[in-house]
Amino acid sequence: MALQITQSCVNCWACVDVCPNDAIYQDTPHFLIDDGKCTECLGDHGVPQCAAICPIEMAIVNELGEFLNPPGSLTGIPIEKLKEFGLWREAA
Amino acid sequence: MELPVISNTAPAAEGGGCSSSGCGTAPDALGHLPDHIRAKVQDHPCYSEEAHHYFARMHVAVAPACNIQCNYCNRKYDCSNESRPGVVSELLTPKQAINKVLAVAAEIPQMTVLGIAGPGDPLANPARTFETFEQLSERAPDIKLCVSTNGLNLPQYVDEIAKHNIDHVTITINCVDPEVGAKIYPWIYWENKRITGVEAARILIEQQQKGLQMLTDRGILVKVNSVLIPGINDEHLKEVSKIVKAKGAFLHNVMPLIAEPEHGTYFGIMEQPEPTPEQLQDLQDACAGDMAMMRHCRQCRADAVGLLGEDRGDEFTMDKIDVMEVDYEAAMVRRKEVHDSIIEQLEAKRGNAKPKPADLGVPADARPVLMAVAGKNGVVAEHFGHAKEFLIYEASPSGVRFLSHRKTELYCGGMDSCGDGDVVDEGATESLLDRNIRVLEGCEVVLCSKIGYEPWGKLEAAGIAPNGEHAMEPIEEAVMAVYKEIAATGKLSPAADSKKVA
Repeated sequence: MALQITQSCVNCWACVDVCPNDAIYQDTPHFLIDDGKCTECLGDHGVPQCAAICPIEMAIVNELGEFLNPPGSLTGIPIEKLKEFGLWREAA
Repeated sequence: MELPVISNTAPAAEGGGCSSSGCGTAPDALGHLPDHIRAKVQDHPCYSEEAHHYFARMHVAVAPACNIQCNYCNRKYDCSNESRPGVVSELLTPKQAINKVLAVAAEIPQMTVLGIAGPGDPLANPARTFETFEQLSERAPDIKLCVSTNGLNLPQYVDEIAKHNIDHVTITINCVDPEVGAKIYPWIYWENKRITGVEAARILIEQQQKGLQMLTDRGILVKVNSVLIPGINDEHLKEVSKIVKAKGAFLHNVMPLIAEPEHGTYFGIMEQPEPTPEQLQDLQDACAGDMAMMRHCRQCRADAVGLLGEDRGDEFTMDKIDVMEVDYEAAMVRRKEVHDSIIEQLEAKRGNAKPKPADLGVPADARPVLMAVAGKNGVVAEHFGHAKEFLIYEASPSGVRFLSHRKTELYCGGMDSCGDGDVVDEGATESLLDRNIRVLEGCEVVLCSKIGYEPWGKLEAAGIAPNGEHAMEPIEEAVMAVYKEIAATGKLSPAADSKKVA
């Protein structure tokens, strides 16, 4: 089991610093998670740290492609506004 | 606070960033401070209004990560065409940052201050931030170091800040009440969890206040930044000002919220209003009773380079820096000469500063008048349609003082004549002109070097008297001359019915 980073990532480094497994590495066009190292923080923390600090909705997904931070969950911007501004998309 | 007029002709200003001459930069603006603190800020452009005409600063963008979300911020910050906090074009490693700082310091000897301000929170990037500070304090000991933070991680890094000889810290404090904070901060990352709502704001406020106290206890200078958000923290900021002053912050900088829908921030998208220039000024005046207020802030980018109000970042991109040869030992000698000479001129000027005129020839009961000035390098120099900002001055029987700058949008495309002939897109141009006139709300006179027929008429219709009679005169003298002319007509006496000059 491992999490993944999507194209929404803005390369802010926040997740790199808090990952207990050093599983996140710099790549182009955005950071990636080494699925051999990622444990989804089981045994280290109650919640996956990358998803707990990530400021960007839809940037981290689980193996099912589900957003750990779905649209609107971090900013509180209502879905209809997100759609109006082109900031909303279905699960990956 | 009373700010007397001083003559302030820039000695070393080479196309300086600020277009005003005085900026209310009476040396007394920080007069309540003990001598050792005044000595610390006299060459710091962000802290001393006087210094910002002569000394430059730079920010290096080594701190991308953040540990909180503010409703006025969008973390998709990579935009080179904007100038606002949190925005950068090129993220740097600490090593690149050192090279950049040394190159800029050699090239711009007036650069005295290096700050780390983001684009995230410097203390959420402790390894990158402190490595940069550590190396700089070794290799460029003549540069002052400062850091700005949201305060969440501040208590745990106060000792580290003191160790690296960082003697200036800016904390952004928008509230001291968690209920208010919950409307500004949707979440924080704290103790390995994302925390939301009032609880998040409570923790953030607690850490900010604790960190502020710890810094001032160690003698580290603290400036507090607050973002004025109408309807959310406007009244509340008066209390914030009192509390941070009591804890020893030496300067309070109340900045206007920037919230445009195209920035993609919560406040932008939700159409949260920005404060009007008048609202900002009223609040700054209200807080000024408790605290020294900063009015010359230009809300710069997290990678800005140069004097306040200018950005020379494009001259120092990494590809250009990589091919620069820097002999810092030699640069330091030259830098010292430049700094000494500026300080000498400032001191000479303070010595010569004219005492406040006892009698300006205006009746003591005349009401104050706000005037907008299209100025450059301390004189009334700009064409109305070319002014990127207006400097707002208040003239009263006790003198002239600078209050603020108000940004405009250029509506005149640079034609020789301004007015009805040069309108390219009638609709768009008109609305920009109208917008600029709205920016001048509260002012009764606008001083500029030249003005077209069309804006002249619109200004008069808006109750603002255009004045092009004082082109190339020093701003304060021109403002006072106009004030005296108005006073002579009797329009400023308490008995006069008309509130407006125009």
